[in-house]
Amino acid sequence: MAEEVKLFRTWSSPFPLRIIWAMKLKGIEYETIFEDLSNKSHLLLHYNPVYKKVPVLVHNGKPISESLVILEYIDETWKQPPLLLPEDPYERAMARFWAKFCDEKVLPPVADVLVTQGKEQEAALAQHMENMKRVEEELKGKKFFGGEAIGFADIAYGWMANLLSVMEEVTGLKLTDAEAFPAISTWLQSFSDVPLIKENWPPREKLVSKYQAFREKRLALAAEATSK
Amino acid sequence: MNEKDELILLNSWASPFGARVRIAMAEKGINQYELREEDLFSMSPLLLKMNPVHRKVPVLIHNGKPICESMNIVQYIDEVAVFNGKPALLPPDPYSRSKARFWADFIDQKVYGTMRKITRNRGEEQVRAKEELIETLKVLERELGEKPYFGGEFGFVDIALVPFYSRFYAVETLGNFRIEAECPKLVAWARRCLLKETVSNSLPDPLKVYEWVLYVNDKFGIKQN
Repeated sequence: MAEEVKLFRTWSSPFPLRIIWAMKLKGIEYETIFEDLSNKSHLLLHYNPVYKKVPVLVHNGKPISESLVILEYIDETWKQPPLLLPEDPYERAMARFWAKFCDEKVLPPVADVLVTQGKEQEAALAQHMENMKRVEEELKGKKFFGGEAIGFADIAYGWMANLLSVMEEVTGLKLTDAEAFPAISTWLQSFSDVPLIKENWPPREKLVSKYQAFREKRLALAAEATSK
Repeated sequence: MNEKDELILLNSWASPFGARVRIAMAEKGINQYELREEDLFSMSPLLLKMNPVHRKVPVLIHNGKPICESMNIVQYIDEVAVFNGKPALLPPDPYSRSKARFWADFIDQKVYGTMRKITRNRGEEQVRAKEELIETLKVLERELGEKPYFGGEFGFVDIALVPFYSRFYAVETLGNFRIEAECPKLVAWARRCLLKETVSNSLPDPLKVYEWVLYVNDKFGIKQN
């Protein structure tokens, strides 16, 4: 049977990008369906009724949602190298732990830094720096989270390699530091240097404009809410 | 994994997350392990060393190496403990596994935090949290459908959710509502799970959990009115 693989994505979201990287790493052919999240398609709502978000991978008509879940599905379904998750169960548990830490702990303060100002933003930035220390510890002595080649956790943290600098440009704040976080800085460079990563970033200027507009909108909403 | 392996589970008796691991261990026939009770208000040096990032239970220490995060531990146990006749906790095919992981993650995101909002808040915040919890449980009820367990057979998603049943009494009492009235099929599912010894031996007494919640609230200066 011919394989039918479809990926629902937006041009900018870093989560579908994880799936694109994984599929390109494994040489999987797929069809892209772009979504406008302000006007979601019937198909997206049908395939992801619980969250109504991207990415959704549809493989021979069967939908899978949540990017980390999709990555594991890809690794288990298309078993050709490279393996995204290590073979050793303990290393797998470590990769899953750090990927979860990324989504549950690292991402939210960065998002908060983007949409807040003043004391709230300071607190979010402080939390972000704490998280960075943890990640720095984990990356010490390693080229990638996965060792010599990129893997599950690298794909999870991959958004940092372009979005941190985009956020820095939008907010005027430093989100990383080569002196304080040398292992992370090296990793950011090594990750970005992987050809398929380099080739698949969304257009930077467009991202800066988008996040700038988003920040302004959220700040305006917050100001309205407090002035009521 | 064999009898020579050293297994320590750092746990707290009231923790639904720890209960997940206890159920999984029992399901896999792993009975030779040391269960160490942690006082979450006075954590042991071992816990702080083994889980410096989150400083939480449960932590499974396998031959000196720590694994943290409950469903992560459950997956790990499933992968290393392959014994004759003992069930796999995740189904064999990738699509069913992806669904199991999806729902376990959904439960992680939506259940505990909302329950805590109900037990720690009053007024508007509590009302909103109650609505949120019922909505979440209804989504889960729909996913369960007519199946006896989430995966057909007892497994990953059931393990992820059933420990929260021990908190229902606390949440219902402090929130003044009945979950069974809104989600009868889900409560029936939980009772079905409790018929299994691996579950009933691993879950704390709901009344004791309720007293514990009151104790913790008191420590945080939350009034019970």
